[in-house]
Amino acid sequence: MSKRTDTIELSCPVPLPAREKILLGHGSGGRLTAELIRDIFLPAFRNPALERLDDQAIVNISGLRLAVTTDSFVVNPLFFPGGDIGSLAVHGTVNDLAMGGAQPLYLSAAFILEEGLSMETLRRVVDSLRRAAADAGIEVVTGDTKVVEKGKGDGLFINTTGIGVVPHGVSLSSDQARPDDAILLSGPLGDHGIAILAQREGLEFESEIRSDSAPLHRMVAALLAEAPAVRCMRDPTRGGLSSALNEIAAQSGVGLELDECVIPVSEAVKSACELLGLDPHYVANEGKLVAIVAPEAAEKALAALRSHPLGQEAQIIGRVTASHKGLVVLRTVLGTTRIVDMLSGDQLPRIC
Amino acid sequence: MKYIDEYRDPQVARGIAAQIARCVTQSWVLMEICGGQTHTLVRYGIDELLPPQIRLVHGPGCPVCVTPLETIDKAIALAGHSDVTLVSYGDMLRVPGSRTDLFHAKADGADVRVVYSPLAALRIAARQPERKVVFFAIGFETTAPAHALTVQQAARERLLNFSLLASHVLVPPAIRVLLESPRNRVQGFIAPGHVCTVMGWREYEVLAKDFRVPMVVGGFEPADLLEAIRMLVVQLEEGRAEVENQYVRSVDRFGNLTAQRAMQEVFEVCDRKWRGIGLIPQSGLRLRREFAAFDAENIFALEDVAVQEPPECISAEVLQGLKAPTECPAFATRCTPEKPLGAPMVSSEGACAAYYLYRRHDVLCAK
Repeated sequence: MSKRTDTIELSCPVPLPAREKILLGHGSGGRLTAELIRDIFLPAFRNPALERLDDQAIVNISGLRLAVTTDSFVVNPLFFPGGDIGSLAVHGTVNDLAMGGAQPLYLSAAFILEEGLSMETLRRVVDSLRRAAADAGIEVVTGDTKVVEKGKGDGLFINTTGIGVVPHGVSLSSDQARPDDAILLSGPLGDHGIAILAQREGLEFESEIRSDSAPLHRMVAALLAEAPAVRCMRDPTRGGLSSALNEIAAQSGVGLELDECVIPVSEAVKSACELLGLDPHYVANEGKLVAIVAPEAAEKALAALRSHPLGQEAQIIGRVTASHKGLVVLRTVLGTTRIVDMLSGDQLPRIC
Repeated sequence: MKYIDEYRDPQVARGIAAQIARCVTQSWVLMEICGGQTHTLVRYGIDELLPPQIRLVHGPGCPVCVTPLETIDKAIALAGHSDVTLVSYGDMLRVPGSRTDLFHAKADGADVRVVYSPLAALRIAARQPERKVVFFAIGFETTAPAHALTVQQAARERLLNFSLLASHVLVPPAIRVLLESPRNRVQGFIAPGHVCTVMGWREYEVLAKDFRVPMVVGGFEPADLLEAIRMLVVQLEEGRAEVENQYVRSVDRFGNLTAQRAMQEVFEVCDRKWRGIGLIPQSGLRLRREFAAFDAENIFALEDVAVQEPPECISAEVLQGLKAPTECPAFATRCTPEKPLGAPMVSSEGACAAYYLYRRHDVLCAK
């Protein structure tokens, strides 16, 4: 690597262009999003609850620990196999609360509607949101409506904010991973992202790929009851497993080691990814969680996940290590190693 | 996954690696041409399985990487026209031109779309007759047939609002330039499996003979590449310099004649500048005069502007296999996928990006 090299004349580096505009990649959940948070939002709003940079903030009100989170949904298409923007708006926010170990209680729902949207579409979405909230045992207690001119919105956007209570004794945060902890994944990767992509691009596969969109708080409650030694959890949504794990590695100041052979991916998603030149480690999920668990509790935690219908295919996919701090390293099927990096922007298909 | 897992089988991979270790008696430098192969080699850490005598260097076969700066500037300029919809493969959007890239052009209001297939660009042209739809057609002999068929279909359907900004490149002339260079150190080539699926391997027989260098047409999975490396090492150890085919499930000597015919009908061979390498005679494809109505260069009277690469970028050395990406002082520090100094750090097929994505830990630990 460090062999002396010949001929090349080095000169001063060109000034790198500053990013003066928002690019689509800033919304990808990868490194560009992280830059935005680090450079713009965190300095503006800095406070201890925000600085944890978890999926939810935990605030203490007269001894009661409340979890608060908010999420906006801009999915295209609005309806897809396995769900729609209405159910997703419930599951996304419920899951962000659940990742902090909170019991979700109340939800707000704000609708940004584009002029000309069919009333029938709105009814379908609202009905789906209602059913998803009822299934999750959470109430929509407030809301808002705005209408934008035709062409200024993609049919309909939804924002939901959720509030939940963190039970006594539960304290999860992404800075708590320790060397030798186990990394658990609750099921196969990539179903949501591929279902959306297939629907949007009109791609058809032999067997339909359905979004895994689902509320995870009941599985989390079962997990925490069986294995209180869970250090932290993340739901690998935008940016996929790799972004979630890179964030944990960075915030805890540890390295993570994954074993490619045991990371579950369904045959259908694997084939679709091969065909499209995508990596399932970066594809979004809406009904999966990764948990970092103390080594002695790992098997118990695995059993707890597997005994829940949403976690039947759970696996221990790796462990935390003191080496290569801040990096996620994967042992490949061949037994060699490589990095699993956070994506820079959106995952782009290869040309050939 | 049937037909994929077999080629990623660890036992098979280790078995081939052991055979290579048994037959190698001296040091050999091998180059894979295709960026897809670079990606597999680095992603699976194939070099970790090889004996130390085998040194792999990476070739110029990343279509995004070798597309000249001037052409990218032209695409960005075109995207700036208010009546133009510029359609491209996703990878091209992030490649820096001399001042900006297509992602930023899009953020500035340009109508830039990403597609998987050139036919999708044609559909956009049919749907929006008031827009001038330009497809940014780059790639090797692999993408050229699909682009040719698209132009033929546009001609049949008289979609005169569709055009091609064509910047195709051909592999054999580039290999010839590498071999003619006095600095060349490559002793054996893994020839590109997908290019040969289209073109066959006859063109490579001349190269093998002229330069006494063995070539093996290789596939893209770990076992394919290990087997291709084994076949090369056997030839080198036996003093042979022939073209052999490892990728038999896809490639034959003559290639896909239908695809070749479509290419010949629509394109003609021309001189082409390669980013990082320079002008290579007879190494590109441009639209034939009969299809001038679909040639964006012709329609929009685009000027050639002389532009300069960032001086710190060593992509020239990287694309010719003279240097490893990790030998660049800017690697992973001043040059990253977020802020690339050159194209090989942008495309997922680029050697620099592959090392950054998968192997940065080695370098960071070494530094």
